[in-house]
Amino acid sequence: MSIYSELILDHYQHPRNFGKIDRPTKTAKVSNPLCGDEVELCVKIAKGKVVEAKFKGKGCAISIASSSMLTQYIKNKSELELKNLDKEFMIKMLGIELGVNRIKCALLPLEALKKL
Amino acid sequence: MTSCYKMNKLKKDFPIFNNNPKLTYLDSTATSLKPKSVIDKLVEYYSQYSANIFRGVYKISEKATEEYEETRKIVADFINARKDAEIVFTRNTTESLNLIAYSLGREIVDKDDEIVTTIMEHHSNFVPWQVLCLEVGASFKVIDINDKGYLDLELDDIKYKKSNIKNTYQILKKIVTEKTKILTLTYISNVLGTINPVKEIIAAAKKINPKIITIIDAAQAVPHLKVDVQDLGCDFLVFSSHKMLGPTGVGVLWGKENLLKEMFPFMYGGEMINEVYIDRTIFKDPPHKFEAGTPAIGEVIAFKEAIKYLKTIGMDKVREHEKKLALFCLKILRREFGNRLKIFGPIDENDRGGAIAFSFGKYHPHDIASILDEEKIAVRAGHHCAMPLHNRLGVNATVRASFYIYNDENDIERLIKGLKKVEKILA
Ligand SMILES: Cc1ncc(COP(=O)(O)O)c(C=O)c1O
Repeated sequence: MSIYSELILDHYQHPRNFGKIDRPTKTAKVSNPLCGDEVELCVKIAKGKVVEAKFKGKGCAISIASSSMLTQYIKNKSELELKNLDKEFMIKMLGIELGVNRIKCALLPLEALKKL
Repeated sequence: MTSCYKMNKLKKDFPIFNNNPKLTYLDSTATSLKPKSVIDKLVEYYSQYSANIFRGVYKISEKATEEYEETRKIVADFINARKDAEIVFTRNTTESLNLIAYSLGREIVDKDDEIVTTIMEHHSNFVPWQVLCLEVGASFKVIDINDKGYLDLELDDIKYKKSNIKNTYQILKKIVTEKTKILTLTYISNVLGTINPVKEIIAAAKKINPKIITIIDAAQAVPHLKVDVQDLGCDFLVFSSHKMLGPTGVGVLWGKENLLKEMFPFMYGGEMINEVYIDRTIFKDPPHKFEAGTPAIGEVIAFKEAIKYLKTIGMDKVREHEKKLALFCLKILRREFGNRLKIFGPIDENDRGGAIAFSFGKYHPHDIASILDEEKIAVRAGHHCAMPLHNRLGVNATVRASFYIYNDENDIERLIKGLKKVEKILA
């Protein structure tokens, strides 16, 4: 099966929550010098919950789609819930099988999330 | 173009195509595929005389030693070295370059000296010298490239082709000085494909500074064209077996005998000593002085089958074949994709090897490579261990398709189809 599923392509071509938040509570930026991919994630937190999440970045379809889907998912989640997100969650969310090299692209936004 | 199709027959010598019949392998710049004769020779060593070399006085150890040393002879002959003893086996090009940097570089380069290299180097011929310069306080000078992907020696294309010592000398004089202890550069760029006029550059550098040590990274040259170390006039030349049909784990360091004799060993241990006492050690002569410990015996032994295979085809034919494929690929890429696809490096196939790096529309190299992979087309995406070059080109990563003797026009046509699919999926 192609890793360029309809879902991935949809999020790549129409990324959700793309941009920046006015006065975010936290931001984090990560990059992969190997391919120059960058993700900057920012969130607004109120009463321990994510009320808004946005990302900016450049990169491959997988990292863009992954960032887009992650920002959608984390809305209304508690900080504790964010802590529990891991690699397995990301793979399930994306619903595609990635090899050892491409998995790094998919995990870039998670890395940003962990740095928040 | 008929000869390319004829060469296509070589595919049957490479067992990987039996096991992956649909594979279009366009990543030989990273590592080449292996013909059956090389694989068989590995199996022969491991199943018939898998003893250690030098130490044994029994038959199978003697057989292994003979086979190992025979490879040295064949390598020496292949690059026209004056003596077998000038061939040192290392693990790869990277180790060969590091060996020179440690054993020679650290001895001869002092504060205020210079090392000159180029912006198109693989990290393995960049970082060891950069680190050495930072350590001793020497200056690290980097020759730039021009927009056409040639070394920026201010020679236009025509002059570049016919570049003679005289005008190279005028330009190089601005970079290489009497303080330049080492000039090290690649023969063929693993990204741009540019074939550098190394012979002219070396001659000019030696005219400026007769004591300069010149090193050629021939990792992308020895597999693809006839290399004659005496004709080039360099002091050292290095390459890897795995990029020229041979096994992994074997690199070659060729050096002039007098230099190898003067140099300190890189590593100390077994195989490389004559006598050891509590207070001193007497080392063997080169090349064994530089081959400490048990080497990759089976791999060195099998490496000669790779050279024999290349010799049977003839290096001139290898070069012709790759030139034809490069020309065909460049033409068809331009015809099919026009300005949407940007090719880095010389557009004249006479000046380039069979590695073609490009960027394609707004598509990320990783996505391109992944979609091609789904079509069983293997290309590389990234900075190809040449980050300074990619920074210079103003891109983070490129896609690289590279050819070798087993490729043909079919492979290129499949690449084109694959790229059309990339546009269809990601557009
Ligand atoms: C021009 C050049 N130099 C050096 C190397 C390093 O070779 P190895 O990885 O075998 O040490 C490569 C391999 O990609 C290369 O293309």
